[in-house]
Amino acid sequence: MRVDVNTLLGAYPWRRVPGTSPEALCAAMDRTGIDEAWVSHLPSFFWRAPGEGNAWLYEATGRDRRLKPIPAVHPGRKGWELTIGEAADHGAPAIRCDPTYYGLDPAGAEMRVLAAACGAARLPLVLAVRLEDGRQRHPNDTAPELPAAALRALIRTDDDVRIIVTHADRGLIEEVHFGSTPEEAARLWWDISWIWGPPEDQLETLLATVGVERLVFGTGQPLRIPEISLAKLDLLDLTPEQRAAIEVGNARAALAF
Amino acid sequence: MLIDVHAHFYHDRTPRADWRERNASRLRAGERIGVTIHVASVLGTWGRTSPVYFPSPPDLQYGNDALLALQRAHPDRIRGYVTVNPNYTAHALGEIDRCRAAGMIGIKLAASRRANDPLLDPICELARERGLPVLHHVWQHRRRDWPGQEASDALELCALAERHPDVRFILAHIGGGGDWQHSLAALREGTTANVLLDLSGSGADGGMLESCVEAVGVERLLWGSDLTMDTGWAKLRYLTHLLSGPELEQVRWKNAARIFPRGGFPSD
Repeated sequence: MRVDVNTLLGAYPWRRVPGTSPEALCAAMDRTGIDEAWVSHLPSFFWRAPGEGNAWLYEATGRDRRLKPIPAVHPGRKGWELTIGEAADHGAPAIRCDPTYYGLDPAGAEMRVLAAACGAARLPLVLAVRLEDGRQRHPNDTAPELPAAALRALIRTDDDVRIIVTHADRGLIEEVHFGSTPEEAARLWWDISWIWGPPEDQLETLLATVGVERLVFGTGQPLRIPEISLAKLDLLDLTPEQRAAIEVGNARAALAF
Repeated sequence: MLIDVHAHFYHDRTPRADWRERNASRLRAGERIGVTIHVASVLGTWGRTSPVYFPSPPDLQYGNDALLALQRAHPDRIRGYVTVNPNYTAHALGEIDRCRAAGMIGIKLAASRRANDPLLDPICELARERGLPVLHHVWQHRRRDWPGQEASDALELCALAERHPDVRFILAHIGGGGDWQHSLAALREGTTANVLLDLSGSGADGGMLESCVEAVGVERLLWGSDLTMDTGWAKLRYLTHLLSGPELEQVRWKNAARIFPRGGFPSD
């Protein structure tokens, strides 16, 4: 069993990306042995009202049982609380918010209220640090990367808050993990999509430092090819138990409030 | 057979205390991936006593010597590019001949001087005489100067390649940052069939590999890893779905075997 917590559907504004349809995502999952995908609506990152993409997302993911919707919430827009209830109704494993793309203060009052609301609803909050390498972003793609300080602030908002962070690199993970209490750090999960493998061995280092239980399988497909995350794992000497934890167990644990 | 045309190693005079571990990790990962030969370079002292992309002659010499030692220690696994700084012409030419005589099989140019600068001409002329390919660091669409390097982009490398049609150039790490579509457009529209594309770099965007194949054809693609062997392996896996068996063999090693000096690899 392999769960990809970081997949996207829909067009990307900054370049043509093939494979953004549900059918193409399922084909890529078949190719790479991914059994379940947590899916976000890519265009919503760039919309004033990201929640307007949720209806399409629910419809698109409803066509295949392997696809699980991650609806988007903008906590600065009236009625955002309704999205949390809808998410539960649609079997969403989590909800997402990407404050730097929405123009929100990532550690501001709106985000803290949202984080607490997610905790109360027993839904993890998914946040992306980035979508692309900073060196290659479109000249008009100027949304800042999610700062570590914001993650530290959000996890401290409420004891029930659980956060899954995608596209984070080693430095940010370490800064947040070791800048949190053990209890806080235990409510944070990191997808492996942006962590370097050999010869730098940053993923191997994190396994030994933050622990295998903090890492979840994610790819960022189709913006990046999903084979990257598989290759990272295949280059490690993991026990079957460790590999299963990263590929499915830890994602399930993030849902087990 | 699998040839990594873009590898790096470290040595004791770099800023990294973990240099042995990084070298060992590359070889260990290479075994798991199935890399037959790592064609590598060392950029001086990697910043310890001169800048990474502006290495001094003594640092270049030390780095090249360290790579030669690795090549001798792993004759079945490692080959070397001799790294030179075009601002020191006499030293560069001497270093190329010294390291070629010691068994290195290519020339590495990083970012000490823009690719279209006349100072690169004597180096390329010697590359032609010795039959050595030139691996050139490229920033995929340089829209401004970046600190620490005098980076070149594909247009500048193509200008150099046009001046030296009998030299084989390797445009470095298409996934190594910047706008790879800009580089592919330069290669697609240019007249520089002597520029090959190395697929290395941490970037492996959806659609990138299809675009590379479309832009230059499989006969001009070279497999490589650079600093991230996981992304290199991932691209190789993806290509198995994209290319036929014979086409994949071209990318894995046959194109490399064609452009490096005969006898450089076990297949020759």
